Amino acid sequence: MSALLQQPGYEEERLQTVAEQLPCREVQAGMLLSLMGQPHQYSYPSIFIYGHRSSGKSHVMHVLLKELELPHATVSCVECVSVALLFEQVLLSFFGCDAASLLPRSPSLSDFVRIYRQRCSQSPAKQTRYIVMEKAELLRDTDANLLPALLRLQELVEDNVTIILLTDIVWDKFRPNTGCFEPLLLHFPDYSKGELQQILSQDRHPSYSAELYSAYINILLGVFYSVCRDLRELRHLAALNFSKFCEPLTEGKVKETDTHKLWRNIEPHLKKAMQTVYLREVSSLQWEQMQQMEKKENGALRGLSAHTHVELPYYSKFLLIAAYLASFNPARTDKRFFVKHHGKIRKTNFLKKNEKTSNHLLGPKPFPLDRLLAIFYSVVDSRVAPTASIFSQISSLVTLQLLTQVSHGDQLDAPKYKCAVSMDFICAISRTVNFEIVKYLYDFL
Amino acid sequence: MSKRKSKDAHLPVGECITQLQEILRKRLCHQQLPDRPEGVEAQHKHLLELLKRTAVHGESNSVLIVGPRGAGKTMLLKCVLRDLLEETEAQTNLLQVHLNGLLQTNDRIALQEITRQLHLENVVGDKVFGSFAENLAFLLEALKKGDRSSSRPVLFVLDEFDLFAHHKNQTLLYNLLDVSQSAQAPIAVVGTTCRLDVLELLEKRVKSRFSHRQIHLLNNPTFTQYLERVQTQLSLSDDFPDNKFSRDWNASIETLCEDKSVAEVLQRHFNSSKDFRSMHMLLMLCLSRVSAAKPAIRPADLLEASKMCFADAKANMLHGLSILELCLIIAMKHLNDVYEGEPFNLQMVHNEFKKFLQRKSNSMYNFEQPVIMKAFEHLQQLEMIRPVDSSVVKTQREYRLMRLMLDHSQVMEALQKYPQCPTDVKQWAMSAFG
Repeated sequence: MSALLQQPGYEEERLQTVAEQLPCREVQAGMLLSLMGQPHQYSYPSIFIYGHRSSGKSHVMHVLLKELELPHATVSCVECVSVALLFEQVLLSFFGCDAASLLPRSPSLSDFVRIYRQRCSQSPAKQTRYIVMEKAELLRDTDANLLPALLRLQELVEDNVTIILLTDIVWDKFRPNTGCFEPLLLHFPDYSKGELQQILSQDRHPSYSAELYSAYINILLGVFYSVCRDLRELRHLAALNFSKFCEPLTEGKVKETDTHKLWRNIEPHLKKAMQTVYLREVSSLQWEQMQQMEKKENGALRGLSAHTHVELPYYSKFLLIAAYLASFNPARTDKRFFVKHHGKIRKTNFLKKNEKTSNHLLGPKPFPLDRLLAIFYSVVDSRVAPTASIFSQISSLVTLQLLTQVSHGDQLDAPKYKCAVSMDFICAISRTVNFEIVKYLYDFL
Repeated sequence: MSKRKSKDAHLPVGECITQLQEILRKRLCHQQLPDRPEGVEAQHKHLLELLKRTAVHGESNSVLIVGPRGAGKTMLLKCVLRDLLEETEAQTNLLQVHLNGLLQTNDRIALQEITRQLHLENVVGDKVFGSFAENLAFLLEALKKGDRSSSRPVLFVLDEFDLFAHHKNQTLLYNLLDVSQSAQAPIAVVGTTCRLDVLELLEKRVKSRFSHRQIHLLNNPTFTQYLERVQTQLSLSDDFPDNKFSRDWNASIETLCEDKSVAEVLQRHFNSSKDFRSMHMLLMLCLSRVSAAKPAIRPADLLEASKMCFADAKANMLHGLSILELCLIIAMKHLNDVYEGEPFNLQMVHNEFKKFLQRKSNSMYNFEQPVIMKAFEHLQQLEMIRPVDSSVVKTQREYRLMRLMLDHSQVMEALQKYPQCPTDVKQWAMSAFG
């Protein structure tokens, strides 16, 4: 395994431990190590590493730098809301806290480079210093000068320093307008199915055999692989569902070798997990409790999205229904739906759908307040006076984000709204007031 | 003497490789200055003459070095400065101020940096005292007091000159160029920039004070020159401790450059970009493969390195998508084909995907809407699709209009390379109308 990790200047045993910690990433680690060279040699000024989430970018970097004891600073760009934090962290890990305290209150890049140079001349680098930036895509949103300056930091501070950017977005989306020092691009490919199997099988349960666990992983991948290739997510799911998988074994119903029965037991369970735990509808704690309780059927517990049911006043419900109808029906069909004696409208003419796609595909259309009220009066059976409370209910629907106001131009004169609720939600609402909404929807005629 | 030499001449291979790596890495990564700038002799002479006139005779000058990225602007300037400082008169006289547009983002910072680098009286340690106006008045006063004969000449080097033009009112540029035009302390302003239209960025009053002297570094080497450059970059000089090894190495580099496949690869790189920095990157990738077990660069190494340089990043990312995400991309591609690049939302993509599932009998990919939403959002995180408008809260997630940021051919190519791609998905992608 360690055959690929060879680089003079480092101790053999350390390379060995590094290799052991990086399963299925020998090629990438070897490539990185050969690019980094020996500790005292210069390395390329900036290396850009991209690859999918949890393809081992940070892990490989971390293990390499830690085990080989190279001077490094690891900075997560999520944490660094201001550049000051970034500078402080880098100075802190290279030169200790007295260097970091030299930074003025709101430091500019110039201050950072000045202090770095000053410190660096006092304690010149015997080894290459590495600055690892995680989630580097956030650097694009900061000051426009930051990314180009970091990419040529080696030239600016005249020190043996290498910037390593880790991200899951391609370099083309980073390049600034006037160009910059191009980094060395390195790709971390995704794990294949076999590699995922190999990695996941490593954290097996001590009281069961390795074959059993790897058979379990095989079943898990069979269900989830077509949807999810994220190692962390798969690992989480594997840990959550293993106790369920072992249940027939502990009860003594099935032997370990009887994989088919085990598969039959676990497969529907995993399919349910995809709709619940995978989407975080049900938290993993709830999921574990549910498995222990047994009696309850999985998924019987209401997930997050089942909680969307909102208690609304009577007129608010009708206002929302009216808004939904106004949003998803074309205005020319209003007469047909809502006027009681609408005279003769030829059905063929009416049904001529000149819109190719339905509104439920394109999304809600904005409508004026007048139309909303007109539909509202026609769907509510009783006579409703247009009191202040009706209008305040409309604006409170907006604050609840069930409606959205489209144009902010003139609030009082002719406001326009859009309905922002889903089909299921409005069906549930209309069921509570005994209103058959599907009859009034143009798309479902 | 000769005895000692013969003793030195047999260092172990590992030691030689370490030395070699050290020398070449310094050259390729650290932009070590060459002994003599190649291909820019005329510019070198011009700039050296100009700066000499300032340093020795006290003449004020301003000049811009213009050229694309990686054309050797900084290298030229540094070479000139090195040659200039060999003269004792310049060495004792000349004061240098180095500014960079990336670091000195406004005039206040730049002014502080100038006072600091000139060690003026209001500097204690490395702290600068006084407000912006005081600093400016102080600096101008100091410059005004001087005259051509008595005061020391100052050289201002402005890296990324175009960024200084974005400062408010261009105060710094105006003042520097104004001093260079009037009979005050002798200064030389040297700017380097990669923008050809840099003069259009300057205000009229600033522009009129600039001498309009430009040095263009539009490197336009022929392929033979490019090849020579590759060879010189990789060759070892005579002062390498192990003569035999360096001779062997140089010979191997020579045979490498004569290789036909190598020439082909280099031609490809030459056609895509002639700047030396991308060449350095290529050579660095080759160099990193040299080890004690393999003490020479072979043509295969160069081919591998070139493959890495030319790899399509988006195709690489597409390779790692799950099958559901790939299906969504294909659906988007079909929508793009049918509606001629109109933006789409999740509902439409899902509808398109459902159409595919209906035609197929076995419903292996019958996923629920939230699962599809999750895949869709993952694609958005990877920036393979981008929302048309940036308003976040306004519309529901499934109705936000999106655009596909991939090319038709990229999708098809990725599909060919996709590991274990189901045949029906492939056929669906091939069919002209989904």
